[in-house]
Amino acid sequence: MNMYQQHIMEHYGNPCNYGTVQDCTHQHTDFNPLCGDEVTIQVKVEDDKVVNVGFTCKGCAISKASTSMLTEHVEGKGVEIVKNIKNEDMMQMLNIPISPSRVNCVLLGLVAIKKALYGVEHAEH
Amino acid sequence: MKEDFPLLKKTIYLDSASTTQKPNQVMQAMQTYYEEYNANVHRGIYTLSEESTKLYENGRKAVARFINAPANKIVFTKGATESLSLVAHGLQLTEKDEVIVSIMEHHSNMVPWQQTKANVKYAPMKDGKLDMEALEKLITPATKVISVGHISNAIGVENPIKEIAQLAHSNNTLLVVDAAQSVGHQKVDVQELEADFVAFSAHKMFGPMGVGVLYGKIELLKPLVTGGGSILTVTTKGTTFMEGPHGFEAGTPNVAGVVGLTAAITYLEQLGMDNVANHIQEMTTYATSKVVDLPHIKLIGQGKGILSFTVDNVHSHDVTSILSEQGVCVRAGHHCAMPLMEVLGINDCVRASFHAYTTKDDIDALVKGLAQVKEVFA
Ligand SMILES: Cc1ncc(COP(=O)(O)O)c(C=O)c1O
Repeated sequence: MNMYQQHIMEHYGNPCNYGTVQDCTHQHTDFNPLCGDEVTIQVKVEDDKVVNVGFTCKGCAISKASTSMLTEHVEGKGVEIVKNIKNEDMMQMLNIPISPSRVNCVLLGLVAIKKALYGVEHAEH
Repeated sequence: MKEDFPLLKKTIYLDSASTTQKPNQVMQAMQTYYEEYNANVHRGIYTLSEESTKLYENGRKAVARFINAPANKIVFTKGATESLSLVAHGLQLTEKDEVIVSIMEHHSNMVPWQQTKANVKYAPMKDGKLDMEALEKLITPATKVISVGHISNAIGVENPIKEIAQLAHSNNTLLVVDAAQSVGHQKVDVQELEADFVAFSAHKMFGPMGVGVLYGKIELLKPLVTGGGSILTVTTKGTTFMEGPHGFEAGTPNVAGVVGLTAAITYLEQLGMDNVANHIQEMTTYATSKVVDLPHIKLIGQGKGILSFTVDNVHSHDVTSILSEQGVCVRAGHHCAMPLMEVLGINDCVRASFHAYTTKDDIDALVKGLAQVKEVFA
């Protein structure tokens, strides 16, 4: 089975929430040192809700597509929801076979948004 | 020759610069060692231990012959990284000393020097090669060491070691050569190169992982690892170390690994090192000719068994994942040469690398895979 299925390539070619959030309240940039992927996430939180979220990235299709799906998933929801997103949830969201060497690409956006919202020490890998 | 390499029946392997596949002859030699000769070396006064010791020391002689060195200048380590760390640490450099490395070095020939007290300077590149003029200008009376790769693992450039040796020696500077990508790929004669130290790994030349070699002026070095097996006497007041290589090989050595390396050398010698080098060159030229005209590919480096490139608008990890789905193994990333990537103005690239067993069919499969990459990302 193939990692680069249509839904992945659609998010890659036309990502949701791509760009900056001018009046963001939280932001973080995270790296994947192995491949040099870089994701910056900006979030605007109001009344414990994610009212706006945006991201920019340099890197592979998998990290871009997964961060796109992640931002789509969290937008408009309570910040608590973000805290409870697990690594497995990301895998389910992508719904493609992920080889072990690509797992960090999938999780980069999740790590970045958790670090943005809760600080570096609270984001578990 | 692919029949000798079991894994090559299952995969199109174009990542030999990372590690080569192993022929049956090497694996068989290691199996036989454990079945018939396994005993600790330099210790037991019984036949089995003596035989094991002999195999180990024969390995040292085989390496010495292979690179044209005296056997008492050959130290076994666990790989090129440890060999380079041993020299960097062992020379006991001070704040007053300077070390020059090239900007294209593998991290294993950069980081160990950064850990010393010496001031590390970086020789730049010009037109895709080491800038010899700039290197010469970096040399001062304080330059204790110049350490350079023989062949770059990332871009396949061969550095002019003999010329660098002349620069170094006219300044009383030691020349260290990281030969991880040259020994076992072409004929390497350490005396002809006039290198003071040469480091390489068995696993990049058909041998097993976990064995490497440091050749050179080991009398200038302090050991990195100490303990049993490297001493003459030990008292509570102090220790005297063995002279020669054994003083650097504390602990039970990797005898089976050395036996495997010996078998790898025999295998390479039977192929003939000139034939090996010619074949690697032929494959590199063929691969370059197939890829150079592909509009979506940008060549980064080609030569000496290495072809590195980027694919327009596609990250190297995506390229390798798609190639992997086609059964083609190539490497993506920074290739343990982040400073070089910075100089080249890229974060990462794709690298295909070739050895004596590579065929044109393997390279054709790569080219077909690259067409698939283009289709997926169209
Ligand atoms: C040029 C070069 N130097 C050093 C090394 C390190 O070798 P090893 O990992 O076997 O210690 C490598 C291998 O990746 C290499 O290609």
